[in-house]
Amino acid sequence: MLSLYRPGTSLVHRARAGLKLAALAALGTGLFAVARIEVVVAALIGVLAAGLLVARLPAGVLWAQVRPVWLLLTGLFVFHLLLTDPLTGAVAVLRLLTLVLAAAVVTATTRVTALVAVVEWLLRPLEVVGVRPARVGLMVAMTLRFIPVVAERAARIREAQAARGASGMRLGLLVPLLIQVLQLAATLGEALDARGADDVPARRPRRA
Amino acid sequence: MRWGRRGATAAAAPPLPRTAVELRDVTHAYGERTVLAGVSLTLTEARIGVIGANGSGKSTFARLLNGLVVPTAGTVLVDGLDTRTQVREVRRRVGFVFQDPDAQIVHPTVAEDVAFGLTNQGVPADEIARRVDEVLVQYGLDGHRDHPAHLLSGGQKQLLAIAGVLVMEPQRVVFDEPTTLLDLGNTRRVARVVDGLEQDVVVVTHHLDLLAAFDRVLVFEDGRVAADGTPAETVPWYVARCG
Repeated sequence: MLSLYRPGTSLVHRARAGLKLAALAALGTGLFAVARIEVVVAALIGVLAAGLLVARLPAGVLWAQVRPVWLLLTGLFVFHLLLTDPLTGAVAVLRLLTLVLAAAVVTATTRVTALVAVVEWLLRPLEVVGVRPARVGLMVAMTLRFIPVVAERAARIREAQAARGASGMRLGLLVPLLIQVLQLAATLGEALDARGADDVPARRPRRA
Repeated sequence: MRWGRRGATAAAAPPLPRTAVELRDVTHAYGERTVLAGVSLTLTEARIGVIGANGSGKSTFARLLNGLVVPTAGTVLVDGLDTRTQVREVRRRVGFVFQDPDAQIVHPTVAEDVAFGLTNQGVPADEIARRVDEVLVQYGLDGHRDHPAHLLSGGQKQLLAIAGVLVMEPQRVVFDEPTTLLDLGNTRRVARVVDGLEQDVVVVTHHLDLLAAFDRVLVFEDGRVAADGTPAETVPWYVARCG
């Protein structure tokens, strides 16, 4: 999600973000409603086709999203082998694999602003109780933006501590990181002011 | 490399309106600590440099110019607009580039971040797309359009931060130590960008050699303007003060 977007002009890229998210939700619901191996395999093939053939995403982009859950999926299959049966295990694993890949296809073909716009659209009914969807959308975008920034600062602090002989100081990381994050937040607040965040219109203009 | 007057590229375009910033007996304090005391200035020059030791009040002065900080006493006027009461209009005229671009880039990808300020202003989507494209090409970021901002180099991040401000077409841009975190190559790159701007600029910096072609340099010391003149007059004076 943080750096997954791959620019392109395919049908999948051009599809509306809301439609893609709705399809993802429908796929998730459908896969858990129907526990038949042929349905799950068909869904997996469909997702792979959408990602690799239609959206023309490199296989490595999809694999990068599967790799972190590979052990979990293996463990889940072993669990089922021991407690249920191989077919149930295969359905459970392929179901999750299909969803991970589908989510990867959606995020790789959809700009963050488009996803944020969907969040804002979904929140629009809450305007009557004072929620400002544009503000919530901005928070979502900024969360995605600052996760790697904070991670980078944590890595720098860790290096600085290691350079001075500290090792394994997980708690010792928290205080300097918190101070840096607060300083970052203060400057960020100024930057938001300077860039007119106060002027956020009730509805963001749609992309052409 | 020197930051000088408006570059050759500005010659073909219609000139931007000039801005006049006036500080009338401005004092600013953070709690008990007074960081600026009784500063009165009128800024009309196209290229103004601000130098001084750490803690001398330079950054607070810079922040006063577009209403990020309002004076504890006194008044700051931008083209007659009071930064205390007409801050939105002031910020449309005066852009601000921070020292740390990571604190200024708010969207995960390059083009989305450049579009941020325009979106806030309610600019139509077609116009946003056109202006973002122009600015990305202008600052050599068009190849990074959908690139995650956190993967850019330090110099590219600073250029992105500058692009995000310039796309809003301010009349004056305030830079708060824009090259402090950069290596020599990126410092020169950012300096060339500043040099080519048609906007009026105020640059707070410790890189004194970059100010040689400026119209005016202010030297801050203990919250006051200790020297005010051409670079040839003020920079040697400041260097001598530093010992």
